[in-house]
Amino acid sequence: MTFWGLGGPKWWQQASRSVSISASLSRVESPPARADATFKVTMLPGDGVGPELMTAVKDVFKAGDVPVEFDEFHLSEVQNMASEDKLEELLSSMKNNKVAIKGKIHTPMEFKGELASYEMRLRRKLDLFANVVHVNSLPGYSTRHNNLDLVIIREQTEGEYSSLEHESVPGVIECLKIITRAKSRRIAKFAFDYATKKGRNKVTAVHKANIMKLGDGLFLQCCAEVAQLYPKIKYENIIIDNCCMQLVQNPYQFDVLVMPNLYGNIIDNLAAGLVGGAGVVPGESYSAEYAVFETGARHPFAQAVGRNIANPTAMLLSAANMLRHLNLEYHSHMVSDAVKRVIKQGKVRTRDLGGYCTTGDFVHAVVENLRHRPNY
Amino acid sequence: VALRKTFNNMQTVTLIPGDGIGPEISNAVMKIFEAANAPIEWEERNVTAIKGPGGKWMIPPDAKESMDRNKIGLKGPLKTPIAAGHPSMNLLLRKTFDLYANVRPCVSIEGYKTPYTDVNLVTIRENTEGEYSGIEHLIVDGVVQSIKLITEQASERIAEYAFEYARNNQRASVTAVHKANIMRMSDGLFLRKCREAAEKHKDVKFTEMYLDTVCLNMVQDPTQFDVLVMPNLYGDILSDLCAGLIGGLGVTPSGNIGANGVAIFESVHGTAPDIAGKDFANPTALLLSAVMMLRHMGLHSHGKKIETACFDTIRDKKVLTKDLGGNSKCSEFTEAICQKVRDMD
Repeated sequence: MTFWGLGGPKWWQQASRSVSISASLSRVESPPARADATFKVTMLPGDGVGPELMTAVKDVFKAGDVPVEFDEFHLSEVQNMASEDKLEELLSSMKNNKVAIKGKIHTPMEFKGELASYEMRLRRKLDLFANVVHVNSLPGYSTRHNNLDLVIIREQTEGEYSSLEHESVPGVIECLKIITRAKSRRIAKFAFDYATKKGRNKVTAVHKANIMKLGDGLFLQCCAEVAQLYPKIKYENIIIDNCCMQLVQNPYQFDVLVMPNLYGNIIDNLAAGLVGGAGVVPGESYSAEYAVFETGARHPFAQAVGRNIANPTAMLLSAANMLRHLNLEYHSHMVSDAVKRVIKQGKVRTRDLGGYCTTGDFVHAVVENLRHRPNY
Repeated sequence: VALRKTFNNMQTVTLIPGDGIGPEISNAVMKIFEAANAPIEWEERNVTAIKGPGGKWMIPPDAKESMDRNKIGLKGPLKTPIAAGHPSMNLLLRKTFDLYANVRPCVSIEGYKTPYTDVNLVTIRENTEGEYSGIEHLIVDGVVQSIKLITEQASERIAEYAFEYARNNQRASVTAVHKANIMRMSDGLFLRKCREAAEKHKDVKFTEMYLDTVCLNMVQDPTQFDVLVMPNLYGDILSDLCAGLIGGLGVTPSGNIGANGVAIFESVHGTAPDIAGKDFANPTALLLSAVMMLRHMGLHSHGKKIETACFDTIRDKKVLTKDLGGNSKCSEFTEAICQKVRDMD
């Protein structure tokens, strides 16, 4: 493998970008030489409050002198900016940058021909198979369940979101849920690799194999097979309805959860609600080559557009995670510490956390706190 | 008492005690009903799967005949043996009587504290089709396909039932829970039927919400929900989620409504074989299901009396079974409720 004359550190950066160790052992694509030390990241504001949240991220990065440059793309299904060429442009940008930060691309209810939404197509093209949501209680904001620390890993390319539906007989619609061994194994391996890397103790598979014996049965079998390769990590499984019940009664029994697509959607949102809602939970999506950072619970929140009330915490924490992924540890800590300090002080809170401040106020407070740089 | 029987309109109800703790809690319910002078006569039946003509598994004919005659049933927990060769009993009952709607009212119990207070919602779940159609195929080795079936007929039926329920029980709004942004055709059909039913029942407010939004909001503020109607899988998950909000399956009632006016009310917890026969069981779930049954039959005053007695006993905290945090026996708990019921007369 040649590295175009680049030294050791660059290769280390490139290799440490992919969290999914299993799939990244293939080729290492060397990036074009960078002019200065800034990283280029693709940005997709999306719909709803996405653009406002992206502005928040840009403001904080500017104030903190973070060496990241954004390549913006405006794709939207509702605004009819969803053409194939735009998708191609985006893909070439992603191939260059490898890392992206994005808002939610809203899926309109009425479909015009294609059953798969724009976001699903994007996910499939980039093969973003793993969605990781970090559910952490924020110090200073108490909910009914405090000190939560969960990781939810969701397979997001197959399962119920296959977009394969047809009307076999008038009045009877069939929707196909596809589960494959390859993808189930891949997500299971990802989950266990992730748990190993982050020092977690337990992985719980969530399923409904008592009813969908073949489909979820296959998923469960793959998880069990992969679990045997990781003797240090405890493996359990739980049925989805029992899991939901346990999450509201005793969420502390869970550590890392892995599951197929639809259950992931439900549990992501449920867990986000446990710690404070869609405004405080960061998440990311991984493929073998790319990493896309976004909020954990994905909603466009169209009711808040233009009112300056959206909570940028989730997006800022996700941006901090992105900085860590780019190996900018110092800047990552700076941003996340500033956000956490603002939440802990409790003086500046957006409406979803019970306060009256605007998004702008919150960003301003974070920028102020950036000046208190941590001593590392 | 004999004189009373001739004047009162006694209604017969099929009682299926079930397995494990089933018989104890059924006895408890019968005792409480007697103390409340409820005009109910119980007909006990057993449902163990037997093989009928043609090799098809079915429930015993006397049980079926009793249910068809009485139309109303109360069922305890049934165990599903793992390798018995026959489908689960619950599934058999569902198919035999076409129980298309599963109704679970979730009301916070004063005296049994959970982090969620003031929960007062009802989940209505379509129980015959959807993701639980059981149609699965192995396409090639390593690729499995499960089929989710949504039909116009079933969606229409459940939507109509939801609005009727809301009207009969003075509920203000019905919310349809769906994922029509992803499963555009199937959940789209379900949603269309709900909208059509909403047009016919203009006195009840109708809203629609995505499943993930419901989950997000449910754990933050469950008071914003009233009646929820949804297809099978979402219903299964959400009804258990709501049960968790009020304290678990040990205190949650449930009713199954079928075609031809059949209705079977049941407790949804398991058979608890480890405490069976030891007088430790908690009859609350079955009792509240029985109260639901009384309301369904129109015996609102009796229902209210028994429900109040039950809640008062739990609130007093003097006599509670182990799972509710006390250390009394099932019989003592039952006696306490009976006493309260008699005191009310």
